Amino acid sequence: MAEQYRLEMKGVKKTFPGVKALDGVNLQVRPGTVHALMGENGAGKSTLMKCLFGIYKMDEGEVYIDGVKTEIANPDDALHKGLAMVHQELQPIPARSIAENMYLGRYPMKKFGPIKIVDHATMNSEAEKWLRDVKMNFNPKAQLGTLSIGQMQSVEIAKAVSQSANLVILDEPTSSLTDNEVEALFRIIRDLKSRGVSMIYISHKMAEIRQISDDITIMRDGTYVGTWRIEDISDEEIVRQMVGRELTNVYPPKDDYRTDETVLKVDHLTSIHSNSFQDCSFELKRGEILGFGGLVGAQRTELMEAIFGMRHIQRGTVQILGKEAHIKRPQDAINSSVGMITEDRRGNGIFGCLSIDDNTAIASYKNYTHAGKINKSEVDKVVKDSIAKLSIKTPSGKTLIQSLSGGNQQKVIIARWLANNPDILIMDEPTRGIDVGAKYEIYQIMIELVKQGKSIIMISSEMPELIGMSNRIIVMCNGHITGEVEGEDATQENIMAFATKFDLSGSTKKEATQEVQS
Amino acid sequence: MKAKNFNIKDFLVNNGIIVVLVLLAFYTGIMQPTFFSKDNWINIALNVAPRFIIACGVSGCLITKGTDLSAGRQVGLAACLAGTLLQKPDYSGKFYQNLPDFGGMWWLWVIAVILICVAVCCVFGFINGIVISYLQVPAFIGTLGMQLIVYGVCLVYTNATPIGGYHSAYTIVAKGKLFGVLPYLFLIALAVGLVMWFIYNMTPHGKYMYAIGGNEQSAEVSGVNTKRTKIIIYMTAAALYALGGFLVGAKSGGSSVNMGQGWELEAIAACTIGGVSVNGGIGRISGVLIGVLVFEILKTCLQYLGVDTNYQYIAQGIVIVVAIALDIRKYIAKK
Repeated sequence: MAEQYRLEMKGVKKTFPGVKALDGVNLQVRPGTVHALMGENGAGKSTLMKCLFGIYKMDEGEVYIDGVKTEIANPDDALHKGLAMVHQELQPIPARSIAENMYLGRYPMKKFGPIKIVDHATMNSEAEKWLRDVKMNFNPKAQLGTLSIGQMQSVEIAKAVSQSANLVILDEPTSSLTDNEVEALFRIIRDLKSRGVSMIYISHKMAEIRQISDDITIMRDGTYVGTWRIEDISDEEIVRQMVGRELTNVYPPKDDYRTDETVLKVDHLTSIHSNSFQDCSFELKRGEILGFGGLVGAQRTELMEAIFGMRHIQRGTVQILGKEAHIKRPQDAINSSVGMITEDRRGNGIFGCLSIDDNTAIASYKNYTHAGKINKSEVDKVVKDSIAKLSIKTPSGKTLIQSLSGGNQQKVIIARWLANNPDILIMDEPTRGIDVGAKYEIYQIMIELVKQGKSIIMISSEMPELIGMSNRIIVMCNGHITGEVEGEDATQENIMAFATKFDLSGSTKKEATQEVQS
Repeated sequence: MKAKNFNIKDFLVNNGIIVVLVLLAFYTGIMQPTFFSKDNWINIALNVAPRFIIACGVSGCLITKGTDLSAGRQVGLAACLAGTLLQKPDYSGKFYQNLPDFGGMWWLWVIAVILICVAVCCVFGFINGIVISYLQVPAFIGTLGMQLIVYGVCLVYTNATPIGGYHSAYTIVAKGKLFGVLPYLFLIALAVGLVMWFIYNMTPHGKYMYAIGGNEQSAEVSGVNTKRTKIIIYMTAAALYALGGFLVGAKSGGSSVNMGQGWELEAIAACTIGGVSVNGGIGRISGVLIGVLVFEILKTCLQYLGVDTNYQYIAQGIVIVVAIALDIRKYIAKK
């Protein structure tokens, strides 16, 4: 008992059908420190946190808070014991106000004659205070749904802070934040630390870990690898411990497989909404990896979704393989040999209640259908090949996709499109929330595809990935294409300059003023 | 030992209703030995047949997170429509006075009438599909409206008069037996079950249906024509209601506008008991069959035990709520 830990978890075990998710994991968080929790996707970080919060029941293991043995029954119970969590995948109620989302389940009450009612005035002023505390000047009465994903995340952080918890878990808090927002977040974290609050910080971004955390615990394949003081361990060592092997190259060697053939030509594409993409024109060559850079809210996703037929356009044309394509719906795009891996995996990527088989084959069933009947053995073969080729970690193709980790789910979605053999593949944040090892595998797949003469458009908010993987980078800002960089010019500074060409503040603030009717 | 207990609990949660009803059936059999007579079971099977066909139709709607409240009224409309077109030439209260005598070709006309019923109901199914997919009206509301519309159409068409005096070529469909052993009704239901099983499991349409129920946005992005798929589902459902209504009419030898009232709820309940998830994306034809069978056995047991008809409704209601509560439990457990 040399040191009293704020939180100690000992020998945590958890088994899901067919998968051993956690096997004897330990975690010791000192008071007033930031404790980084690292590991590849599927290493069990999220599962461990869900066990801590009583969302999952651990099979074995003990939890101590401030040295006292505790059992946490559910997230509400955790909150009472001073634990708060900012989730990786947000679960807000978009139709209600920011303040209502922050105070959900703990509304301030006031007396109204014999009964108690919600005290809206206090709730709104409190919410505003906490939002200001984290440097976010939103109207607390604004509808949450009018904010961007990044802004919603900021609200979640403000909510956790407002719960005056003494242990806050931040699960990939910066994955959708701009640099300014990350800075703001770090200020808050340091402030909380000085007030004696402990934090568990889950992230894949090495630079952030180095910048903000005191201790680090590494997990691998559901097992506990070890805990270090951050100054005692090098970046290379962290990566080595995480993947269990030396990882020399972050990006595969970049060769140029570009040809002169234009496979996609977009002309003056303009959204039906004035605050979305405007007058965007670009070309994609066969064998090219074309990067799309920009800040959150630059409308890159919206532009790609429009090309894929998920959004309406006011004017502009799209030519695919030299022919004008009239794409009204995704199936038109698919028939024109375009595939799309969306940004929001859970929202419009996976089918949670269906098997890996079905998730893989859904976009290509027509290829295996003869006289109206699906040839199951053909489907099985394709799925088996994909599982092997993309090294998807699963007991079998019959497993439900919802039991896989995020990284493996993403691989299944890649397999879905590869099964369709498209000439053009649009990948929107293909490695978001994915660990280094799986990232490298996805990069290798991308290189392999362009080698075969396919073309890729990749949206990425991670500058090194954009530079490391793209032959050419188009930068967007505020719905406009503001620049294009290639080769030597593809530097973080140049991209950033284009990405901030227009002042963003005006338009984003305007969006968040629509109030909830009460 | 511990693991074994756990499995029993799982089994009970997954099949609790079925287990309870099997026990109830045995209890009934002990109290009233005639319950286990061959006649009674043939009777149950004949009651199950049309209900199974109707439940198959509803199951597609449920799997895509929809529902079809117009099912029962469409059954009634089809029964009335078939009845008016298949009356004996010498029947005094004929609906169509000029309906010709088809002589030896009555069987051909019976088939034509089936197709007419299917075609008429498919129009309503098509409208349901359009309203739900293109106008994006929630299925619950859209088909609730259709329920009233179809009832109104049926009232206008029959002028609310009961229809009887069916030609034997029509009633034989329900009463006849192949080789004097296998009732046609049973064979038709079996054929429908096999075709639906094939569609659900072996065709892209079936896969798309499960995908839409699992995550409609993902299905859209994956290039599934969700609108067309849904329209086909509601039209298929309507076609099955038409067939079901036609058979029910043949079985009872007469029909009125009240025929089929409330059958949609019975079909939805049966599907749920059989494991079709109200959260969409899950459900099998074999489950639908079990659900309908269980529900029908429940009703028969209550009759045999001499339970007052009014109390029977209460018992059925409890079974529906418990079945759905258990279904939701399964979903929660998976999280």
